[in-house]
Amino acid sequence: MIAALAIWVGGWWANVRLARITGNRWSGLAAPVIFGTTLLVLWELLVRALNVPGAILPPPSAIGLAFASNLPTLWADFVQTFVKGALSGYIIGCGAAFLMSLAVDRSDFLKRGLLPVGNFVAALPIIGMAPVFVMWFGFGWQSKAAVVAVMCFFPMLVNTVQGLAAADRMQSDLMRTYAASPLQALTKLKLPAASPFIFNGLKICTTLALIGAIVAEFFGSPTLGMGFRISTQVGRLALDMVWAVILVAALAGSTFYGVVTLLERAATFWHPSQRGR
Amino acid sequence: MRSLVPILTVLAAMIAIWYAGAVYLNANWAYQQAERQDRVLTTSQLIAETWSQDRPRLPAPHQVATEIWETTVEKKITSKRSLIYHGWVTLSVTLAGFGFGATLGIALAIGIVYSRAMDMSVMPWVIASQTIPILAIAPMIIVVLNSVGMQGFIPKAIIATYLSFFPVTVGMVKGLRAPSGMQLDQMKTWNASGLQGFIQLRLPSSLPYLFTSLKIAVAASLVGTVIGELPTGAVAGLGARLLAGSYYGQTVQIWSALFGAAALAALLIVAVGLIERIVTKRMGFGR
Repeated sequence: MIAALAIWVGGWWANVRLARITGNRWSGLAAPVIFGTTLLVLWELLVRALNVPGAILPPPSAIGLAFASNLPTLWADFVQTFVKGALSGYIIGCGAAFLMSLAVDRSDFLKRGLLPVGNFVAALPIIGMAPVFVMWFGFGWQSKAAVVAVMCFFPMLVNTVQGLAAADRMQSDLMRTYAASPLQALTKLKLPAASPFIFNGLKICTTLALIGAIVAEFFGSPTLGMGFRISTQVGRLALDMVWAVILVAALAGSTFYGVVTLLERAATFWHPSQRGR
Repeated sequence: MRSLVPILTVLAAMIAIWYAGAVYLNANWAYQQAERQDRVLTTSQLIAETWSQDRPRLPAPHQVATEIWETTVEKKITSKRSLIYHGWVTLSVTLAGFGFGATLGIALAIGIVYSRAMDMSVMPWVIASQTIPILAIAPMIIVVLNSVGMQGFIPKAIIATYLSFFPVTVGMVKGLRAPSGMQLDQMKTWNASGLQGFIQLRLPSSLPYLFTSLKIAVAASLVGTVIGELPTGAVAGLGARLLAGSYYGQTVQIWSALFGAAALAALLIVAVGLIERIVTKRMGFGR
């Protein structure tokens, strides 16, 4: 207990010291790392000191052990849920939304009708559709992909349509004076202007995709997958394994998000929000 | 008002697609039934059959509407089969979670804005906390808290809190930093204390950001509650209705629960919007 408190104070003190050092790029990285390790150590010590049973909260070391000793199982779950379910649904949903928004952008009528509806639907608990899709497409990864696709569709649609409307009036007029065809105007002006919005939508969808794929498995799945693993291991109170799956999910989610961010940086390097980093 | 016609057109198109989808998805079953009874279906008969099955793969809109009508208006509110009863269970948890989440989010944001150490160390983790699919761990949280002895209300509210604090924190940090350096300097020249600067400058200028993020948070809180209700063994709440419906193949019930949740979400967002309008009007930002 006392050691835990001491480490908490120590970590805090180190961060306050770090905060005073400005202009160093390493201090920006070190502060969250120190905070994170402090939290982990604190967790470990508190769980051990207070004798919390492993069925309620296992210490990080036990989770790490479960993670390391179950790598093949976790990998199979990861492939089933993330690669087959989330990723394919993500591509289908975002792709469909993108194509749809290109069509919507051509018509002012559709834009005025679809944007409010899309905004509203994006706020709904679409994840509740999961049991319906499991009923339609069976227990395999197809139903998960369908849930993910529908979940990603509306946020992506709304963002892309907004983005395509982001080009200045002046700039559109300039394209017209150049006698640019609609296709040229789209590729040379509208898409570049929309890309910050598009990437914003893509980023929102990364977390949605993973959540959708995992939750859909609660309603029925083959005997592997991250959602299946969580629900069965919870039933057996093997929480170290559950936390290992969560670790996989967090890693996959963060990596997915990071990859999209990197793509964004490569594609929209000219945008003000990307400068000064 | 200008956009009313387009919106209605889009909605009508959606309903039309839905009816067509109902015909397509339910046709198989209708054909099988007809074959068993040695009947040959004409097109109009087929359509009529697909729109009136007991357990369709996709219920037609009017079936869902009747179900909603029956379970809200014609049932007593205290009845276990009343959608209003389940909706109320969900709503109360959502509001509690939203309240905690918003308070926590604002407190965190104030800490982040005023303490550089917190900004550097906590902010990245606030963002990282959202890459963890919390909804996926919802069942674990419920089961674990259950084994500690907490049941029903609190575990669900915790999930809703977790989901709703993030948008509030991010929006509020942005809002509290919205005053320009010039305005902050002005406060200093007036010899305003830190508290005065907070109450009279930072807080008012953060309100538009706060309300935008509150709308997102309330929707997220509802999603968290509905998911949190799934593993509790389908006792009460809209999520429980969803699960029970999927167990027993009661598609009409699933869809009516979905629409109940949608209506609840709309209600909550509109309510926050209304509060926003009143507050901004009283503060003189009236549009």
